[in-house]
Amino acid sequence: MTHSAERPLTAMIDPAAGPPDCATYEHNGGWQATRQTIGQRPPAEVIDIVTRSRLRGRGGAGFGTGQKWSFVPKEPASGRRKYLIANADEMEPGTFKDRLLLEGNPLQLIEGMILAAYGVQAGHGIIFLRGEYHLACARLHHAIGEAREQGWLGENILGSGFSFDIHVHSSAGRYICGEETALLTALEGRRATPRSKPPFPQTGGLWGAPSVVNNVETLCNLPHIITNGPEWFAGLGLGEDGGTKIYGVSGRVMKPGAWELPIGTPLRQIIEEHAGGMRPGYRLRALLPGGASTAFLDATALDVAMDYGSVEKAGSRLGTGMAIILDDRTCPIGMIRNLEHFFAQESCGWCTPCRDGLPWVERLLDAIEDGTGQAEDMDQLGRHARMLGAPGRTFCAHAPGAMAPLASGLKLFAADFAAHIQHGRCPQQPGT
Amino acid sequence: MSTADAPLPAPVRAEILALAAQELRPRGASVAALRLVQARFGWVSTPHLHEVAALLGMSADDLDGIATYFNLLFRRPVGRHVVMLCDSVSCWIMGREPLCAHLCRTLGIKPGETTADNAITLLPTVCIGHCDHAPAMLVDSILHGDVDMATLDHLINRLRDTP
Ligand SMILES: Cc1cc2nc3c(=O)[nH]c(=O)nc-3n(C[C@H](O)[C@H](O)[C@H](O)COP(=O)(O)O)c2cc1C
Ligand code: SF4
Ligand code: FES
Repeated sequence: MTHSAERPLTAMIDPAAGPPDCATYEHNGGWQATRQTIGQRPPAEVIDIVTRSRLRGRGGAGFGTGQKWSFVPKEPASGRRKYLIANADEMEPGTFKDRLLLEGNPLQLIEGMILAAYGVQAGHGIIFLRGEYHLACARLHHAIGEAREQGWLGENILGSGFSFDIHVHSSAGRYICGEETALLTALEGRRATPRSKPPFPQTGGLWGAPSVVNNVETLCNLPHIITNGPEWFAGLGLGEDGGTKIYGVSGRVMKPGAWELPIGTPLRQIIEEHAGGMRPGYRLRALLPGGASTAFLDATALDVAMDYGSVEKAGSRLGTGMAIILDDRTCPIGMIRNLEHFFAQESCGWCTPCRDGLPWVERLLDAIEDGTGQAEDMDQLGRHARMLGAPGRTFCAHAPGAMAPLASGLKLFAADFAAHIQHGRCPQQPGT
Repeated sequence: MSTADAPLPAPVRAEILALAAQELRPRGASVAALRLVQARFGWVSTPHLHEVAALLGMSADDLDGIATYFNLLFRRPVGRHVVMLCDSVSCWIMGREPLCAHLCRTLGIKPGETTADNAITLLPTVCIGHCDHAPAMLVDSILHGDVDMATLDHLINRLRDTP
């Protein structure tokens, strides 16, 4: 897809026109990658191309996509059952990038899944879709039907001997379903609790079969990598990482939204140029660079490049690349309290530190924000941030994710915490 | 329409069996089957839960463990319309608290409750992926963004009048 090469993921997305049908998709360069690949090159070559493209997973953890696939046993699709799963759970607060891709161009995801499945020789595809995404659900069903009718999905695709089909699983809520092993448990019709690793999903995933779980945005990149080559993709990034990234901004900026930009674009450019800067009367105080489970950065970090390594060096995580802005008229403790309420509510309850620790954190923050907090509460919050935070003493990354905004907030907003406790009230309210 | 304590209609039972047949093991269809029952009756009643469990070869307690785990599966009746106002961070920053208070006052209920005329159930929800248009809400299956008091009032009046 050479067309609009600088923003391959969103080139065909036109909210006014709706998603492209199969013919329009093909006319604009779609299906080329599938034609060039299925039955044309050995599956291992697909994995090699993706590894060389320097694509890293866009679901939050940033694992190298080609490397992840390389752990899947190599039997052909006709042999053992294998699964390729698109993670379309997208429940991280502040994150709305996958919905854009699902609603805007579902065929792109389908083609990405075909290519990934061919690479790892999986015969079964599942889109794990969050229950609230009704429009995406309808459009995916329509697109899958069309692709199946035209022979892109099903038995013996393009006469290659490779067979692959996709099934949509509409979930029914719960943030933890996005964690890849919890997602597998959910697909098996059980309460969605994470699993211990090993075995890793690539060798023992859904129903014990080798399974690859990839984020929607990750998979949508694949047709473009195959069509234009790994060097082209690697060259799109401004730093070490390959490709473009869908960045987004929410909060009190002039134009909240999402934009596809080269990976490694500086935060300042995203916020000031694309999001139009702060609304009149508001100053940027701090931000969560990549969704609710990332650490706060303050306004001095605006020149950080939004790639995995640079954001980590700045003390946070790229996460989903969707920034949430805290302005100077919104209470930072209120914001952290809102975040911890979310994490406490969404804990799956499987392990005690998370199940009991997060509600405790929430109660302490409630007290501080409501003006009944005590100085000792700060020690208690700090202890939780240490004990539940990274490197991770809990069963999954939910609790460390929950502690990222708290631990960074305790440092960055120490004076605000102290003022709340000292004066017995919150000096600021949201929504003013 | 059949009620929540009458047996499931034969086509619904057939559809659940068909869903189960598509899975490697029948229990893989549990969420899909419960969603199907809910789409038809608005919620999952205990007699229906027992029937679904039998069709999937699971114990009713096992299936109830799943039904109660997921927040979009309702084990109690809901009103004709379900209004879900996002309570996550971007919506909170953009003023969802005063909107929620206004909604509760107008409807005379708290989050989690249904209006006396059975028109509206109000539920909190986590981020619905519309944060660039915060505050956001989901009304049945329709997404609304940039919600303010006026659009809220207008929406509620319309919902009260629609069956
Ligand atoms: C609590 C929790 C929630 C998660 N939610 C999502 C999600 O909604 N979507 C997603 O793609 N990844 C989510 N992840 C990350 C997945 O576990 C996994 O790393 C990702 O789907 C892998 O895809 P990628 O390699 O393409 O990034 C979540 C992780 C945790 C710990
Ligand atoms: S850390 Fe929390 S969400 Fe993860 S397994 Fe433990 S209780 Fe569940
Ligand atoms: S925070 Fe409300 S829609 Fe995302």
